[in-house]
Amino acid sequence: MAVVGQVLQSEWTKIKSVRSTVWTLGLALVVTVALGALISAFTRSNFKEMPLSERVNFDPTFTSFAGMGLGQLAMIVFGVLVVSNEYSTGMIRTSLAAVPQRATFLFSKITVATFTAFVIAMVTSFVSFFVGQAMLGSHRTSIGDAHVLRAVIGGGLYMTLIAVFSMGVAAMLRSPMLSLGILMPFFFIISSILGAVKATKKVAQYLPDQAGHKVMQVVTVGDDAPYGPWGGFAIMVLWVVVALAGGYAVLKRHDA
Amino acid sequence: MIEAVGLTKRYGAKTAVHNLSFQVRPGAVTGFLGPNGSGKSTTMRMILGLDQPTAGHVTIDGHPFRNLPNAPRKVGALLDAKAVHGGRSARMHLLSLAQLGGIPARRVDEVLGVVGLQDVARRRSKGFSLGMGQRLGIAAALLGDPQVLLFDEPVNGLDPEGILWVRNLMKQLAAEGRTVFVSSHLMSEMALTADHLIVIGRGQLMADMSVKDFISANSADFARVRTPETEPESREKLTAALVEAGGQVLAEPDGGLRVTGLPLPRISDLAHGADVRLWELSPHQASLEEAYMRMTQGAVDYRSTADQVAALAPPPPGHGYGHPGAGAPQGWAPPQGNPGNPYPVLPGEQPNPYAQPQAAAPRPPQAAPQPPAAAPAPASAPADLTKRDSEDAR
Repeated sequence: MAVVGQVLQSEWTKIKSVRSTVWTLGLALVVTVALGALISAFTRSNFKEMPLSERVNFDPTFTSFAGMGLGQLAMIVFGVLVVSNEYSTGMIRTSLAAVPQRATFLFSKITVATFTAFVIAMVTSFVSFFVGQAMLGSHRTSIGDAHVLRAVIGGGLYMTLIAVFSMGVAAMLRSPMLSLGILMPFFFIISSILGAVKATKKVAQYLPDQAGHKVMQVVTVGDDAPYGPWGGFAIMVLWVVVALAGGYAVLKRHDA
Repeated sequence: MIEAVGLTKRYGAKTAVHNLSFQVRPGAVTGFLGPNGSGKSTTMRMILGLDQPTAGHVTIDGHPFRNLPNAPRKVGALLDAKAVHGGRSARMHLLSLAQLGGIPARRVDEVLGVVGLQDVARRRSKGFSLGMGQRLGIAAALLGDPQVLLFDEPVNGLDPEGILWVRNLMKQLAAEGRTVFVSSHLMSEMALTADHLIVIGRGQLMADMSVKDFISANSADFARVRTPETEPESREKLTAALVEAGGQVLAEPDGGLRVTGLPLPRISDLAHGADVRLWELSPHQASLEEAYMRMTQGAVDYRSTADQVAALAPPPPGHGYGHPGAGAPQGWAPPQGNPGNPYPVLPGEQPNPYAQPQAAAPRPPQAAPQPPAAAPAPASAPADLTKRDSEDAR
């Protein structure tokens, strides 16, 4: 098991010695917080003009997370780059020549990257919440209210899992361009379209991001999802596990 | 010690390495020679457990690489100098590799000093030249102070001083009792660096012998004889006389004759006896590069004509025809439909390995001087040019 410690240490050195880590994670935080604050402020000024149904179901917590739709893209880039950099640079050969145990290598790498993403995601979620609530003014909620703390922690978990899911996909596809080309449009556009169209809504609610959103919501009136917050979270975890298993299967079977 | 037994790697229909068996022993530099695309890198990757062989196996000290305990301390490898994250500094790159192998961080500074990169250690490797990249790759291979070292084309992109440094480093590592396996496509470089040679062409073993044996088997003296071009019959007359006297005669594409086994005065006497005038009678020495190219050219040729694979046989020394005992041409089979250019004609008079490519490179590839064109191997192009250089006099 000494090997695991060595790989963890090595991966930490790798992750902190490239600028893309700072850029992607920094961008995830800034974009999520800034956009969330903007939309929260906009919501407060327009609250009176909103239709009644929206005002009744208003979820101040989820509103302050409005920036996550864009911020998660930076998380995806982080997750993809952490894994596929090894392939695009050819480092994978050097790495695997040093650690022939491929499972140890891959999962140590993902552990380090996940932990890094988790810390940033949690900070992002909490900052987004507090800044967003400040912007909402009289419509704000408090962290002490029912389910709110769960939703804020859920926001951090959601962003972490998006990054981990991307790592698994990148390990399967091995190419940064291909991985980003699939993940970015999927999470930014396709998933939300599928979720909005009536015909595909029933299926779309089992997609990783839509299921994962549930854990960040406090008000779920008018929502017909057949799972609760943690049920949705579990569905997302399942997706992540499948992606990681696929990534490992590819790494184990293929020539490096 | 590296041991390969029946190593085979197929990618779909393409066979990259075919039934390769060899041993790489400690205490010597073993050169791994072959043209581009002959399977050298694939073999190296299989040794390191990166690629799974289709058949056969390769072991290091008796273990397959993936089962090797503490692999980073036992085996060091340079596969691709460009295989670094350009955004990471040289020191951080090496540090991450050191940590991967449980190697103390101060060893990183040691190897940076060994390869001479200590001054640029904190610079991002994106700006490194190919030569600096090679040095960084060599540093990575040396990190674990391993007993077995693999270098894939380590002198690519290095300046002459760097090449000399690598050559001495290899020799020093071997002298310390390590196993050093170096691939190259430059015979001239390997002749100076290696103690033992493994030559492959098209994924198959073509030679496995010591450099000394290779040199004595392949760099035999020969004479070039030219008869008047206006009298083709005198050429045949002379050939018959020379063969009768026990010489081996090889017709050269440009109409000359290449004679081995007879001293120059004897050739002159025989010509005189046969009443043949000579336009040229000159002593030559075949270069190792030429011997190597002749050995592997068959392999290069066969790529375009798949039906000739059966003719791919390890070339025994002593090629030529006309000699009663020699039988059919050996070592190289003239490809059908292209009888005039059976092998690239090289000067072989240039001992400096670096002068050769540099002399040939700047010249635009002109039309091949041989009448039957369609020179199949790109390798023959510079050879032809240098040939012209050395024979401007005639």
